[in-house]
Amino acid sequence: MANNSIESYPMQRIPFTKEMKDNNYTVLVPNMLPIHFKMLVRIFRYYGYNAVLLTNEGHDVIEEGLKYVHNDTCYPALLVIGQMISALNSGKFDVNKTALMITQTGGGCRASNYIHLLRKALIKAGYGNIPVISLNLSGLEKDSGFSFTLPMIRKCIDALAYGDIIMLLKNQVRPYEAVAGTVDALVEKWAGEISDQLDAGKGCSIKEIRANMKQIAADFAAVETVERSCVKVGIVGEIYVKFASLANNNLEGFLAEQGCEVMVPGIMGFMLFKVDNRREDILLYGGSKAKKAVVELLLGYFEKIEAVMLECVGDYPKFAKPTPYQETKKLIDGVIGRGCKMGEGWLLTAEMLELIHHGYSNIVCAQPFGCLPNHIVGKGMIRRLKEIHPNSNIVPIDYDPGATKVNQENRIKLMLAVAREKMTPSPQKKDSQTIVHA
Amino acid sequence: MRIGLDVGSTTLKCVVLDDSNKILFHSYERHFSQIIAKSAELMEKIRNQFPQWSDKPVDICISGSAGMGFAERAGIPFAQEVYATKVAVDTLVPGTDTVIELGGEDAKILFLTNGLEVRMNGSCAGGTGAFIDQMATLLNTTPTDMNDYAKEHEKIYTIASRCGVFAKSDIQPLINQGARIQDISASIFYAVVNQTVAGLAQGREIKGNIVYLGGPLTFFSELRRSFDKTLKLEGTCPENSLYFVALGAALLTETERKPMTLTDAIKAIEGSGEGASYLSTEPLFKSHEDYDEFKRRHDRDTVATVPAEGYSGAAYLGIDAGSTTIKAVVIDRDENILLTSYRPNSGNPVPLIREFLTDMYEKYPGIRIESSAVTGYGEEIIKNAFKADMGIVETMAHFTAAKKFLPEVDFIIDIGGQDIKCFKIRNGAIDNIFLNEACSSGCGSFLQTFAGALNYNIEEFAKLGLYADRPVDLGSRCTVFMNSSVKQAQKDGASIENISAGLSVSVVKNALYKVIRAPSKDASVSLGKNIVVQGGTFLNDAVLRAFEQEIGANVIRPSIAGLMGAYGVALYAKKNSKGSSTLMNAEELKNFKHEVKAVTCGLCNNRCRLTINTFDGDRKFIGGNRCERPITNKSNRELINFYDYKLQLLSAYMNENVPDKPSGRGIIGIPLGLNLYELLPFWHKFFTSLGFDVVTSPLSGRKLYIKGQQTIPSDTVCYPAKLLHGHIESLLESGVTNIFYPCMTYNIDEHLGDNHYNCPVVAYYPEVISSNVPGLAKVNFMYPYLGIHRPKDLAVKLYEYLKERFPSLTQAEVKSAANAAYKEYDAHMEALRIKGDEYIARARKIGMPIIVLAGRPYHVDPEINHGIDRLITECGAAVITEDSIAMKMPRVKTHVLNQWTYHSRMYAAAKYIASQDDMNLVQLVSFGCGVDAITTDEVRSIIESEGKIYTQIKIDEITNLGAVKIRLRSLFAALEK
Repeated sequence: MANNSIESYPMQRIPFTKEMKDNNYTVLVPNMLPIHFKMLVRIFRYYGYNAVLLTNEGHDVIEEGLKYVHNDTCYPALLVIGQMISALNSGKFDVNKTALMITQTGGGCRASNYIHLLRKALIKAGYGNIPVISLNLSGLEKDSGFSFTLPMIRKCIDALAYGDIIMLLKNQVRPYEAVAGTVDALVEKWAGEISDQLDAGKGCSIKEIRANMKQIAADFAAVETVERSCVKVGIVGEIYVKFASLANNNLEGFLAEQGCEVMVPGIMGFMLFKVDNRREDILLYGGSKAKKAVVELLLGYFEKIEAVMLECVGDYPKFAKPTPYQETKKLIDGVIGRGCKMGEGWLLTAEMLELIHHGYSNIVCAQPFGCLPNHIVGKGMIRRLKEIHPNSNIVPIDYDPGATKVNQENRIKLMLAVAREKMTPSPQKKDSQTIVHA
Repeated sequence: MRIGLDVGSTTLKCVVLDDSNKILFHSYERHFSQIIAKSAELMEKIRNQFPQWSDKPVDICISGSAGMGFAERAGIPFAQEVYATKVAVDTLVPGTDTVIELGGEDAKILFLTNGLEVRMNGSCAGGTGAFIDQMATLLNTTPTDMNDYAKEHEKIYTIASRCGVFAKSDIQPLINQGARIQDISASIFYAVVNQTVAGLAQGREIKGNIVYLGGPLTFFSELRRSFDKTLKLEGTCPENSLYFVALGAALLTETERKPMTLTDAIKAIEGSGEGASYLSTEPLFKSHEDYDEFKRRHDRDTVATVPAEGYSGAAYLGIDAGSTTIKAVVIDRDENILLTSYRPNSGNPVPLIREFLTDMYEKYPGIRIESSAVTGYGEEIIKNAFKADMGIVETMAHFTAAKKFLPEVDFIIDIGGQDIKCFKIRNGAIDNIFLNEACSSGCGSFLQTFAGALNYNIEEFAKLGLYADRPVDLGSRCTVFMNSSVKQAQKDGASIENISAGLSVSVVKNALYKVIRAPSKDASVSLGKNIVVQGGTFLNDAVLRAFEQEIGANVIRPSIAGLMGAYGVALYAKKNSKGSSTLMNAEELKNFKHEVKAVTCGLCNNRCRLTINTFDGDRKFIGGNRCERPITNKSNRELINFYDYKLQLLSAYMNENVPDKPSGRGIIGIPLGLNLYELLPFWHKFFTSLGFDVVTSPLSGRKLYIKGQQTIPSDTVCYPAKLLHGHIESLLESGVTNIFYPCMTYNIDEHLGDNHYNCPVVAYYPEVISSNVPGLAKVNFMYPYLGIHRPKDLAVKLYEYLKERFPSLTQAEVKSAANAAYKEYDAHMEALRIKGDEYIARARKIGMPIIVLAGRPYHVDPEINHGIDRLITECGAAVITEDSIAMKMPRVKTHVLNQWTYHSRMYAAAKYIASQDDMNLVQLVSFGCGVDAITTDEVRSIIESEGKIYTQIKIDEITNLGAVKIRLRSLFAALEK
């Protein structure tokens, strides 16, 4: 066997060193949420990392993923890794001066293995010398050249919160805007504005966040709108497929074309959930009180920002205000246990319930084909939700390289047809009609 | 006038209604993917038939699974087809509770009463009409005849219903074993029913007034009957059952009106093909010169033939009884070819071989067969029927033949009718085998079926693609997905030429990325330096070219690519010739008789469906058996099978009998599934210590699965998880009122990994059970989240949980019961390890090779492992388990996050096996096990790092044991070297 086979793959991983940072290595970051991640990259740059957000899409991404990742692995791994290798192949980056960054959540789902799959893929593709940085809050891997410091973590949380409020209001206003393009321009404006503030080390105190968010809400509230009858559709799912248009065949765009208003629960809930799980573990199975206290501290910071965001959205009754995390958590009582934490865990079920409560009872549950947690918390819960809310209209959609867009859209259209029928209380009372042959 | 047009995956249906809903016109035809042309033609026909309407605006609505993009581009209103069905049923058959509609490739159930719900088959479930067509092709009959055959069935075989590819791999062995076509036909219809019920009902009972719609249910009475029988009711197939989608679309023109004249409509339809785009790949050949050069290169690889006429002397016969074709080759003393035969096996290989032999004896009396051998799926039956001298495993046959063309061959890929086989050769022995797993065929028969569906024969169809300018990029997933990709490409305006080329490319990609999983960058690293390609599919120049393009290297394709197996067998027969053959002579052939009978074996729990072939009235051959018992009527010779031992150990804790009167605090029911296969000793001890009686569900079986299949919410979850539904149902049936099945994020920490999780499915399946099994509402279903990894806390948490339900319990009692439970569990695991050592020692004493059949605790279930442990012991090896040896190794350093308890054992076991000369590993992988997508690669690399052979067997609801046997026999053949 030649030396780039997996058998002889070194156990030692290539670290991202301080010299690499000082030499201005390009750090490639995969994209999941365009608004949020643009701001995150600015924070990394502020802290001296030459971070670049990957925006390459297209067929080549899937092809590279299929070539270098076990095909039965979940679709997000295939896409993220494919996107990175495709970027390395593109010639746009000096492969001797490039590092990759990938998140690592830790937890019983396959996702915590993405980084390892990426490293394996890099070796197969002949990029074994490229360091991969793990972005995690669990202390899973540490590199001398990259430290996820507390101030940096705080700023990242802020950026995610900004992203969430902009996304939330964008989704609620855009379908009704009187002048097409107004909302998109507003999104651009605020994403830019916040990024500039972050660059200047501003926009991060609670006071500044509140001021910014107040203004954001005011701006969106001021957009001139017209009355339109839209089907209200919620989107939940595996985190990457739910958010990334690369993975979900531009689901939001498709729904917009079909005349829908979408609601996509934000990423802050997911972050809270992931932190909260550590606390929940201790409550369920026992554990250190000190650890619990640390977790609660972090949780407290998240919730403080969440509260500010909800307060600013709440200034305008016409906006649907998301349910606070702690309230969302109560929604699942009697439906699914709080210990169900792998992947999106109980949060996914909770988000479906939250959406139903807010009138978004038509729901697309998007997951990679064969997603393990979603057998439980997505598809596994639909029956129960239907029992509790007979009006709910949930369609699970699987995404993978082989699934065709036409099949997915057809199923969504069916969900929409049912939704529309529910909106218009039956026009013709159907008597038995007969059809006879001429 | 209202027109409803239903553009389905294979057919075009149309109705014209007047204002009083009278049908003025209706038509049903196959569109052969010429959607635009056929639709325009149809409108033309309507215009001619109703001249009075020709320039008046009429309402048109398009529906159907293939109609969406088409309607959009034509600017004609579109109605989602399930919704259209619903509207039509509401109007025409009021009072309907449930609609079952099967189409060309779709299956749907509509629940109309008590909360409208519509279910369509997911992206994994294969089509139904297309599936029946495919199966008919496989049986060499027509769907209509299949229906007639089914009327005369005597028994039903279990056929996997998830998708056509699975079913095929079940049917093929049946055919090869000589099962009756009547029984197979009926079984196919039942498979469709099971698919629909299991895949779509998802916990909702199908009851009340049922309506059957769509082509298959209209045309096939036996399909309707199978539904009736399975659902225990009588559904109706109303008048116009083919046209409900079209009728619904016509009725829906009321809600979305966009009147246009027929002339405008035709124009719009004809213009809808413009501007369509699809993803494409490189052309196969840019010019005729390219092709000629390619032809010249491959034409060099031929084998000499000698005319059989007038030949006189010794000859050697090789027969390859493959999955879809039967091949035979006769060679002379110099290994030149005298005779060949290549025929579809038409579902019954025996008469074909008889014909071939009779012919040979008659026409070429000079040929004297000195030795004969057989390989392939039909090896056993053919060898027995015609008294051939020897059998040989397929992989060895192909290797023997390939060496003849390229002595230094180090990689062989064979794409046959139904399977892909690839193997690497290292040091002159077969080293690494890749067979397509049950889900990913996409081979020759797929191309053939597709050509047939588009009205071409396979040769014509393949040639079409040679000069295609923009081959459609169809991806590399299983055939069912490819079907819908093709549909989409057609809608996007891809020409037949580009589709043909695209299909050839996808077959290649499937083999490379799905079966071999080779990165294509450097073929010499990922495949080999000297590659021979063979199998009938490679005779297709488009496939061959696509292969060379994809790997970026030239390969050898022997002129007899389709006959390589048989040629290899003939070479093998010659090499091992004893000078005279036992093969039937002309006289014996004349009197040859063959009868087939089907029975169910009752000798053990497997309940194998056996086909008993009787030749010449006295020689018997039994097929379908998984062990030797029905043949020898006794247990095997010295058997060293640790799976048996594990089951025996567990049986001490199993108890299906519910006591009339509980002896103490009550009865606790425990389902015998997933992690409880390992934790039963723990919970059994825990509850019995507290004075409860413990009742378990029985060992799994097909019947138990069927019992629970209606409540499975996700049809892509692994089979072991699906079985849980049956276990819970049988506990409910037994009348227990307390069922205990805890959720467990964490498993026991054995310090073999970075963490000790369960996989998400094992961890949380109780949640799925709780939300989807309605019967649980009547009992006390206990599924608390428990942390078995923290013994002290567990006792406290258990007490907190149980005292609410059983107030008489005290904390001290629970604590001591928990302690006892941990002790029992430790003792159980220790027993496994000690006994494992004993088994190993026993095997070593008699020099028996040892196979570690590595899986998870639940793989010990015979319904899950399909008796693969016995197949191995039959090959003369001892079987032990991963958990009996895992603790021999310290924690293994892995390239992946080592965080699941069961999988950590696997890594440790693999490491240990790698260090033992007489041990080899076979890994059982459940289909749909996402975690194993990660672990298999890692286990492979651990095993291969010590130069050992890695063998993986994928198992599901149904498993093609024929393929498993090839794998195992090849492994043993390679080990012998």
